[in-house]
Amino acid sequence: MRQTWVTPGGVHPPENKLQSVTQPIGSLPIPEKLVVPLGQHIGAPAIACVKLGDKVLKGQKIADPAGTVSVAIHAPTSGTVSAIEARPIAHSSGMEALCIEISTDGKDQWIALQGIADFEHTTPKALLSIITDAGIAGMGGAGFPTAVKLNPGFHRPIDTLIVNATECEPYITADDALIRERAEEIIEGIRILSHTLGNPSNILIGIEDNKPEAIQALEPHTKDTGINVVSFPTKYPSGGEKQLIYILTGKELPSGQIPADIGIVCVNIGTTYAIKRAVVEGEPLVSRVTTMTGEACEINRNYDVLIGTPVSHMLEHNKFDAEKCSRVIMGGPMMGFSLTSKDIPIVKTSNCLLAPSVEEIPHNEPAQPCIRCGMCAEACPASLLPQQLLWYSQAKDHDRLQSHNLFDCIECGACSYVCPSNIPLVQHYRSSKSDIKKAEEEKIKSAQARERFEFRQQRIEQADKEREAKRAARREAALEAKKTAAPNSAADIVAAAQARTAAKQLSPEQEQAKLERAVSSAEMRVQKAQDKFDAAVASEEPEDKIKILSAALSGAQQKLEKAKTRLAEQSN
Amino acid sequence: MAFKQVTSPHAHGAKSTANVMKLVVLATIPGLVALTWHFGWGSLINVVLACLTAVISEALVLKIRKRPLAFYLGDYSAVVTAVLLGLALPPLCPWWVVVIGTVFSVVIAKQLFGGLGYNPFNPAMVGYVVLLISFPVQMTTWITPLALLPEGISHPDFIESLRLVFSSLAPVDGVTGATPLDSFKHTSGVTVDQIYQKDSLFSQAMFAGVGWEWVNLGFLAGGIIMLSNRLFTWHGPVAMLATLALMSLIFWDSGSSQSPGSMMMHLFSGASMMGAFFILTDPVSSTVSNRGRLVYGALIGFLVYIIRAWGNYPDAIAFAVLLANFCAPFIDNYTLPRTYGHTDRRKATERSED
Repeated sequence: MRQTWVTPGGVHPPENKLQSVTQPIGSLPIPEKLVVPLGQHIGAPAIACVKLGDKVLKGQKIADPAGTVSVAIHAPTSGTVSAIEARPIAHSSGMEALCIEISTDGKDQWIALQGIADFEHTTPKALLSIITDAGIAGMGGAGFPTAVKLNPGFHRPIDTLIVNATECEPYITADDALIRERAEEIIEGIRILSHTLGNPSNILIGIEDNKPEAIQALEPHTKDTGINVVSFPTKYPSGGEKQLIYILTGKELPSGQIPADIGIVCVNIGTTYAIKRAVVEGEPLVSRVTTMTGEACEINRNYDVLIGTPVSHMLEHNKFDAEKCSRVIMGGPMMGFSLTSKDIPIVKTSNCLLAPSVEEIPHNEPAQPCIRCGMCAEACPASLLPQQLLWYSQAKDHDRLQSHNLFDCIECGACSYVCPSNIPLVQHYRSSKSDIKKAEEEKIKSAQARERFEFRQQRIEQADKEREAKRAARREAALEAKKTAAPNSAADIVAAAQARTAAKQLSPEQEQAKLERAVSSAEMRVQKAQDKFDAAVASEEPEDKIKILSAALSGAQQKLEKAKTRLAEQSN
Repeated sequence: MAFKQVTSPHAHGAKSTANVMKLVVLATIPGLVALTWHFGWGSLINVVLACLTAVISEALVLKIRKRPLAFYLGDYSAVVTAVLLGLALPPLCPWWVVVIGTVFSVVIAKQLFGGLGYNPFNPAMVGYVVLLISFPVQMTTWITPLALLPEGISHPDFIESLRLVFSSLAPVDGVTGATPLDSFKHTSGVTVDQIYQKDSLFSQAMFAGVGWEWVNLGFLAGGIIMLSNRLFTWHGPVAMLATLALMSLIFWDSGSSQSPGSMMMHLFSGASMMGAFFILTDPVSSTVSNRGRLVYGALIGFLVYIIRAWGNYPDAIAFAVLLANFCAPFIDNYTLPRTYGHTDRRKATERSED
């Protein structure tokens, strides 16, 4: 008996599993029309590769994977492509998405299949491409492309492969029935998985102890294979990936990381069966085991359902009573979503179709105020405080929601299940999560806008600077040109000026001589003016002319006086 | 309509808030029976009178607030508040004490804050403290336990009790008496042993005071019923009682004249058990995480002992709980549980790093 670990919290809703496993897996007549959505997995929807009116055979590829995180889609039976258009799909929002409608011909004629008998001598890479081309995505509910999960890269060595056979949701028995009837093929699938992962040292099948028949069915096939069947006490939500990892290994998956980061790959057991069919038989994924249950249907059992089968077809064949039914749920009563149309098709992730009576799942009661009783916190498998998250959700306090680890909520619904006030807690968290994501996207957008603006400012500044620099350079050049002619620095300029003054300066003797010359020339000019004046007076010239000559004479006499004074000063 | 949009989860457990409240009321029965057995009809009259007042005043406020009556009255929260207040009040106290206390609890302490789920303080204890401060005489007149009544005197019968309550007359002397905590508060200069010999309240008791020990055992039984029904976790009550026990052991002082009393007396006298299981477990006004409840309970036990030993009041549950109510959001900030996948506990006010 291998050690298991106990997760905190969890709830024990009535299991209601017995009613659907009394009969073996059945099959339904082929419906007239199949509606195959192109996006049945997480990642990019596949791209249709058939045209309207094309004849298709069962297993023929009708859509190619779009990129790495995507898988192919195949015709679930033979017929004619009669529509490629948006139809309501299996989604909690009731939205429409692109689907291929096939009008079936009832012949259910396969294409030629080519399997690999000896997978051990096939490279993991080749096996992965078979898995992608067979359209295999996680069949437990999330629908993550399996090949992507099986290719974690060299930096993430895998030492543990966990096969999830927990099936912890009430009512659902699809995996249980599959194991009971097809255990050998499942083990074969696990061996293929192990091979693609480089044979990890631990291979664990995690299964709740409420499926003793399934555990027994696995036993003979796991003997001496190194595959361990680990059963543990039934508790919802033990089948959550994070919970199962803890239960089986005692390791917690660090927040925000994927299992491969801690060396673990976790695959649903239904997926391993599909992988075996795809690799060994060459059969693409065109059908799955789905539980049809609930008191509003007279027949409760598991069916091998063709992908694309409308819900209405399943309900009709199980004597559905709409009057009795409170809601039609795809998935289980804890995490499943209600369907808004009976035309919605079964897809690769549809493990259950639940049509409960009003007595089984009554209509929702109005919510009462939260009294913070804390029953939700006791039930939470992630050790969150749901009552606080509710308050902060209502207050839209994103900081507090983050500090209370809202994003570690796995939306299992255990808190709402126990809430005595009937508060739809999970719905509040979903809404807050998307609000926060939106706010963060907007934050990124506005950060980008700010960055753009800042870059623009920077560019403008840069351009200004460059212009300024050019201008400065031109000035510099002009100055440089001047400098070659003129003195270089202020000191030079002063020195030059001094030199010029010094050059002009005369020696005292020269000065004396110069002044003497000035005096004699002034005397001469006085003499001339005197002669002119005397002549004018003698010839009785007009008065105004005599006045001018007299002024000139006195001016000349003054200049003479000045020159004489200067000479006297110089002599002293 | 089978095809409609309903959010998951679709399954729902059996518990409802009304049932939770009803179970709380039922769990008070052992305590109420012990009170009635040892102290007469007074407590029962208190409880019924408080319930009527609570329902009427809640209905009036709901009408003013234009809320659907049946939906909100149907949660039984007003009844729980009234029952707890009625049990805490002295038996045979005047009718108007009960009415004022209840109206204050329901209208001021609860509805004015937004009704059920929005009150920051324990409504019953708000009402109790208002009464204790406003009407100290009526609030400290307790009844002598049945076993200690003098020869020839008995508790008033039911009709007489009603007459006393509604005429606001005090019961005759001899019927009223001190509580064990009063006795310790008001005797000085005597050792614990001397008190135990002299005071028949202790000398005739099993371990904590005649009548009172049974009342406390009754509330303990009620508490165990609620615990086994998972109405709350063990953390708050156990932390409170353990702290109270620890404090009384540390300050036991070997029974000298300074000793505030033995551990057993503190655990099984006054409102200790009622406080531990019915008052501090009020989820609305307490802390939210289990670790927080440990701190919260311990704080109440600590305060109760301090006020009993060195304060002015013989009992202290109401004050201790209200003081701890103040601290609850602060305690919550530091006592978040460690979430799956995280190595550290976070603080409630921690900002996301960006």
